[in-house]
Amino acid sequence: MTKRAEHECLEARAFISRRGLLGAGASFFAWSGLPMVASAAGARDPRLLVVILRGAMDGLSAVPPIHDPAYADLRGDIALPKEGTYGALPLEGLFALHPAMPTFARLYREKKASVLHAVASPYRERSHFDGQDLLESGFGKVARAESGWLNRAIGAIPSTGQVRLTKGLAVGAATPLILRGSAPVLGWAPQIVAKATDDLTTRVMDLYRHRDTKLAAALQAGLETDKLAKAQGMESQGRPQDARNMVVAAEGAARLLAASDGPRVAALSFDGWDTHANQGGATGRLADLLGGLDGAIAAFERVLQPVWKDTAVLVVTEFGRTARVNGTVGSDHGTGTAAFLLGGAIAGGRVFADWPGLSSANLLENRDLKPTLDLRAVFKGVLHEHLAVPLALLDTVVFPESGAVRPMRGLIA
Amino acid sequence: MALSGEEALRRLTGYHRFGLGMRIGALASGDVLAAIKSELHDPAAALITDPGLKTTQAALQASFAEQRETQQMRSQSRDEARELRAQRGRQRQPEKDSGSPGMMAGGTPGSMSAQSSAPQQEQPNVERDIYRAEALARIRKAADAPVGYVERLVLFWSNHFCVSAQKGQLVRATAGAMEREAIRPHVLGRFGDMLLAVEKHPAMQVYLDNRQSIGPNSPAGRNRGAGLNENLAREILELHTLGVSGGYTQADVTSLARILTGWGFAGGQAPMDRQGQFEFGANRHEPGPHTVLGRVFAEGGAGQGEQALRFLASHPSTARHVATKLVRHFVSDTNPPAALVGRLAAIFAETGGDLARVSLALIEDEAAWKPPLVRMRTPYEWLAAITRFGGPPQNFGQVIGPLNQMAQPIFTVPGPNGFPEGNAHWMSPEAMRTRLDLAAIIARRLANRFNPSEVAGGLFDAALSSETAQAIRRAESREQGMAILLMSPEFLMR
Repeated sequence: MTKRAEHECLEARAFISRRGLLGAGASFFAWSGLPMVASAAGARDPRLLVVILRGAMDGLSAVPPIHDPAYADLRGDIALPKEGTYGALPLEGLFALHPAMPTFARLYREKKASVLHAVASPYRERSHFDGQDLLESGFGKVARAESGWLNRAIGAIPSTGQVRLTKGLAVGAATPLILRGSAPVLGWAPQIVAKATDDLTTRVMDLYRHRDTKLAAALQAGLETDKLAKAQGMESQGRPQDARNMVVAAEGAARLLAASDGPRVAALSFDGWDTHANQGGATGRLADLLGGLDGAIAAFERVLQPVWKDTAVLVVTEFGRTARVNGTVGSDHGTGTAAFLLGGAIAGGRVFADWPGLSSANLLENRDLKPTLDLRAVFKGVLHEHLAVPLALLDTVVFPESGAVRPMRGLIA
Repeated sequence: MALSGEEALRRLTGYHRFGLGMRIGALASGDVLAAIKSELHDPAAALITDPGLKTTQAALQASFAEQRETQQMRSQSRDEARELRAQRGRQRQPEKDSGSPGMMAGGTPGSMSAQSSAPQQEQPNVERDIYRAEALARIRKAADAPVGYVERLVLFWSNHFCVSAQKGQLVRATAGAMEREAIRPHVLGRFGDMLLAVEKHPAMQVYLDNRQSIGPNSPAGRNRGAGLNENLAREILELHTLGVSGGYTQADVTSLARILTGWGFAGGQAPMDRQGQFEFGANRHEPGPHTVLGRVFAEGGAGQGEQALRFLASHPSTARHVATKLVRHFVSDTNPPAALVGRLAAIFAETGGDLARVSLALIEDEAAWKPPLVRMRTPYEWLAAITRFGGPPQNFGQVIGPLNQMAQPIFTVPGPNGFPEGNAHWMSPEAMRTRLDLAAIIARRLANRFNPSEVAGGLFDAALSSETAQAIRRAESREQGMAILLMSPEFLMR
């Protein structure tokens, strides 16, 4: 990123202290930037949250196509059962929902949540960084990006008309690409327990075992002390902490969005979805993550309750995972995956999927779920119907050179 | 990749072993040895000239002033509380006192309504603000240097002549100023000049308790019956000059302690313009000549001590001690090349402690480059290296907090012998765990601005191992990739 753009980013992002803001409630300091325009009577006041799951969420586990004849064999030990205590929760047709997500299941029944399956961004490689960049930049191909589609969308919301002016909110230690750009964006970082995750620790240990035995021994000893502490019932970290952190972040973001004069468009990220090994089926590592996500969704609904009818939440990931379980009871980088759309503003209770099937002939490169829906179509549909972003701008400014990608209709109530 | 593996490794060695780390693209941009040498020729390389930082004197004056204010407020509160109680007493029996409530001593009308009768617990704000400003200035200096050899030398000497902010307010207020005024100007000058500047400095005087040291036969000693404190003298001999096996005896320690009685500085009671200045208190100085290592130092005020220190500076054991420490710090603590130590000691002795010559000789010697990069960077070096490619910290919190967590607090040491060298200390299990956690936090801040794979290639060029490159590339997010980079052997070792 150029120095100038970086500087602009930092300027556009104003930090607020969590204590100062969330304790006090709903008042914000005056903004420079977009002028406040008196809203027309009866104007809607929509909220949009985009949740990015970093690491490539396994859509085939989150929303298993449980009645696809190829499913059970492909997935082997990590396949979800159709019924029983750990059975997947039925949605419609071929599809069910991972049992760790009861809140989402309820919202689906209440027609306030939908699934989009066999989706992908235009990205077809396997790098997390590049995949996330493309997901966030909104471009058609990998290129140096200085701004993200959500920021450009904020700028494209018409200044007069039905929808009130929006400000952006970036949750986390720095503004993610999706919200970088010229539209002003608030920043808030949740005070989560700051420790290295189990996943990071494993990867570093792995590197040391291959490169430097002294470092490996030293870190191993350090981790053992930690395990001892956990066994003594001291502050535990890792999976339960990840779930708590997701809820903390979700509550904070929701509180800020619920404020009457606060931001309207937010982006937050959850890490840990790169389940190459020991992914688990109905229980296990991915199940814990999905449970955490479900808890975050419940937090959104709870805290945004007064404005829930105007709220939409998108949950997306950079790509999916291999259809076949791998040698370490996990899955590797894939392509097609699932996305979630939920909120009071949604016309929900549906699974949108032009389902290609999971037989070998129908897998992409005989390995991945073939994507049949460009995520940009979903984004455009939500931005147009929920935030009133004009179609012409969606095709040019917000998602450059994307004229061929038509917006999905009917996602929003 | 512009370089061969061997060339990249050599340059990496230059930047890590002798400097504070690369910026992106630095390895490919030329001869690191030449870059280091030009640092040694830059007269400003060692100096911090930020006008916003307080001189030692100004820092002490501010600290004294705040102490006075605190005292005043406390006695004011006590007076107010007393007055309040008296008032209440009068109100209950109004006929007893026809006088007005009266003025409070030194009080203002507004303070009468003060709810608390107890004095507020006052935080030493001045010292804390100074400490933070100095910490920030120092890490920013680390970010600016072309390679960072001179800055590493400053860190070395600062650890050699260390003081600790934990000692108390006065050291906390002046430790940064001491580094800037007593160490930095002499890092490429003469050892003897640095020694004198440091031992005269108020921070050192306080840290090693010399103010309490009183000559038994001095006027003050005879009156109060107080005696010597040998702390400063011992550490000068054992740590700063000759070294523990440098050939001095207990008698030498006591003798040097006597010589140094009276060394101090003007305190808060002195006139404003003299506060914080070096002062020789003849009243507590042990009179007469004193003998150290066989040399007699005639009576002569502070000059006696100055001569003694100059003598110690030029002692052959000092040359040996300094050379050994330098090689143990920069090259290897487990196996310092003996010939290199010998060469540096000889140059130190021949040149009368010319530190520029000694520092140059160190990096020009192949023996310094040979050992593999197997030593863990200290927390400060690691943090400085991060700022050199990641950008300077935005606030003191990004410096002070992490250094505290990693047990290398800034301007603070566990003891007068400073921080130890070696992996036994810096690569302990606890240190590894802490650094991993911090890497995760710092990566969160940095990740959005960088592609960690690009940074790894840009920093290490052909010295980047395929294992590290792969681990970074496979990370599930930029943040995770950046954390792996910060914990990679390439980034950790020097």
